Amino acid sequence: MDFELSEPEKKFRDEVRAWLKANKPRENGSAEEGQKVFIESRRAWQKKLYEAGYVGITWPKEYGGRGAGFMEQLIFNDEMIVAQAPEPINVIGLGMGGPVVITHGTDQQKKRYLAPLLSAEEIWCQGFSEPNAGSDLSGVQTRAEDKGDHYLVNGQKVWTTLAHVAKWCMLVARERKEANPRDGLTYLLVDMESPGVEVRPLVQITGDAEFNEIFFKDVKVPKSQILGEAGNGWAVAMTTLLHERGTLGMALATRAQITAAELADHARKLGRGSDPLVRQKIAMYTIEARALQLNGYRAVTAMKRNGIPGPEGSILKLMWSELNQRMAETAVDVAGPAGQVGDGGGWKYQFLRSRANTIEAGTSEVLRNILAERVLGLPRSR
Amino acid sequence: MDFAFSEEQEMLRRSARDFLAKECSPKVVRKLMDESDAYDPALWSKIAGLGWTALGIPEEYGGVGSFLDLIVVLEEAGRALLPGPYFATMGLGVPALIEAGTEAQKKSALGAIASGDARATLAFTEPSARWDASGVALTAKPGGGGWQLDGVKLFVPDAQNADYMVVAARTRGEGEDGISLFLVEGKPKGMSVHQLQTLDMTRRWSEVRFDGVELNADSLMGAPHKAWPALRRALEWATAALCAEMIGGAQKVLETSTDYAKTRHQFGKPIGIYQAVSHKLADMLVLSESGRSATYYAAWAVDADAPDRSLASSMAKAYVSDAYRKVAGDGIQVHGGIGFTWEHDMHLYFKRAKASEVTLGDATYHRELVAQALDL
Repeated sequence: MDFELSEPEKKFRDEVRAWLKANKPRENGSAEEGQKVFIESRRAWQKKLYEAGYVGITWPKEYGGRGAGFMEQLIFNDEMIVAQAPEPINVIGLGMGGPVVITHGTDQQKKRYLAPLLSAEEIWCQGFSEPNAGSDLSGVQTRAEDKGDHYLVNGQKVWTTLAHVAKWCMLVARERKEANPRDGLTYLLVDMESPGVEVRPLVQITGDAEFNEIFFKDVKVPKSQILGEAGNGWAVAMTTLLHERGTLGMALATRAQITAAELADHARKLGRGSDPLVRQKIAMYTIEARALQLNGYRAVTAMKRNGIPGPEGSILKLMWSELNQRMAETAVDVAGPAGQVGDGGGWKYQFLRSRANTIEAGTSEVLRNILAERVLGLPRSR
Repeated sequence: MDFAFSEEQEMLRRSARDFLAKECSPKVVRKLMDESDAYDPALWSKIAGLGWTALGIPEEYGGVGSFLDLIVVLEEAGRALLPGPYFATMGLGVPALIEAGTEAQKKSALGAIASGDARATLAFTEPSARWDASGVALTAKPGGGGWQLDGVKLFVPDAQNADYMVVAARTRGEGEDGISLFLVEGKPKGMSVHQLQTLDMTRRWSEVRFDGVELNADSLMGAPHKAWPALRRALEWATAALCAEMIGGAQKVLETSTDYAKTRHQFGKPIGIYQAVSHKLADMLVLSESGRSATYYAAWAVDADAPDRSLASSMAKAYVSDAYRKVAGDGIQVHGGIGFTWEHDMHLYFKRAKASEVTLGDATYHRELVAQALDL
């Protein structure tokens, strides 16, 4: 057991630290300053990070990654916290799209998709959920009809983050009906600029439209855009979700640390830092955020040995989502009625937005099922 | 960074688990609970024979093995609910001796502990039950070429079997100034030990009274009045060690409860199929795993003397105190009626969890220390 950084790791850390200090955007774009400005500033920021070699740190060099290890990724994440730097725009692509292409894609696909994803030239979104397929992904009704050299896609996806600016959609569609609903699914990469794709914003309880609905009407998708094998989309989808909860889990651990520190600041500024109950709560959240991060470190050590994230990633997402809700609630509470007026010191939005955390990317109920069944080996409930 | 134990440490864990399964079965634990002092000298000799009493002691004093090796063994000891003075000796006495002892004290006491010939403990808390420096009121006054101790220590773990007792005393002032440590050997005149009826009968607490106890000058550990920093460091070692025992127990509760949920049938199905049960077990897993992460990091930070060693040990104790209690309580719930019987072992873990929760400061106490570290 050792948490000391090696000499090359220290060198990398110092390099990242200096670079972030010199290049971090002055304003942290917030979702409230207008979607378009926000998207473009985050896109430019990712491009800058990419050109410096800090995007896709663990991805192979030949596809535009840095070819470095998980340690470098962790060091980079930590430095992003210290610098309070904004996240890159292409979160879905970086957390899921890229890893799934690296795992299941052909050489040609890797060459085609990975570099523009890293540079944020092409933004990715995830077309899994449907009005009638939420937690139960095998219930997807979007159809992919085999037309020889291409598929014809018809159907609807929902809750799609970044769909309005995305170039590529990771789509799970039904090619044929099978006795086991997990069979017969096909995983396609759909060009969002194709004729027949319509994106409608979905207004959330925050008043923002960060999610979308996507409608597909006779959308032609060339067969070169199948990821994995036709009819075997379930396996590809599962890899995607594993990365969603694993790799993304580490990013969430980073985010939890930032939020806990911001909450402490918030309480200090309001003069509530001496209230024993507030002190207890903030200390508790800070400890949980740290435990979450340490769980991630242990998962990374395990990942170094086994190559892929285990179901332990579900612990990170589960913990983070519930912790984030409690932190946002406390932030609003410590401000009293003022927490609900105006922008509530920036926390009013988080208070509402965090309600989605326990639903998106696997509901807490689904994640507890995963832990119960895959980690503890309890019998399946369905 | 490498956040896992080495292959050798994993081997040590396996052999410790095998040994304890054989030599410290629940039957043995229950037998020792009923004995007057929860201590079995024969078991202690076997433990010493395995080298467990030398772990974490520097080589020059007869030690073999690192503090992290000790953490591995303590985790297994907690899993088996090993009764008696192993934690008191290795988790409390040894760190206090290492941090504060004079060369001569370390040579004799650590040497005797490493070889298995002696047991030790730390007498810190008093009737105020405080874990900070202000809680130390027992007085030590110079006299007769040595020191005279007067006062009461309360909740002293396994005092009845301690050949060496490190005693925190006040030699002047208040708060952190004026704390001195003394190494008491055996039972000098005027010192009396009264075992308390404790919730967790696998580990005894005692009231230790000092009525004009006269100690030689060389019983003072280090310089007078200035022992608090060393004592605080010793408490940090102790905290990481206790957390290791606690997560070992929590893991055992989780495994036992999971197994039960797979085999116990109601309404024609194993109860683990019902999400009211399986989600409870999933939450127990999250608590147990997170407590483990916090504990391992604290153990490393303390051992490596990292700048955040104090914060890390407080974070671990705050988290694990709540987590173990919750896991042990839910373990009873998952078992239903059988879990509430004397015959089933769940209550032994529940009681150990509660006793460990308040030892070395509970979650509330350590969260306050974390809040201070955050400059709140």
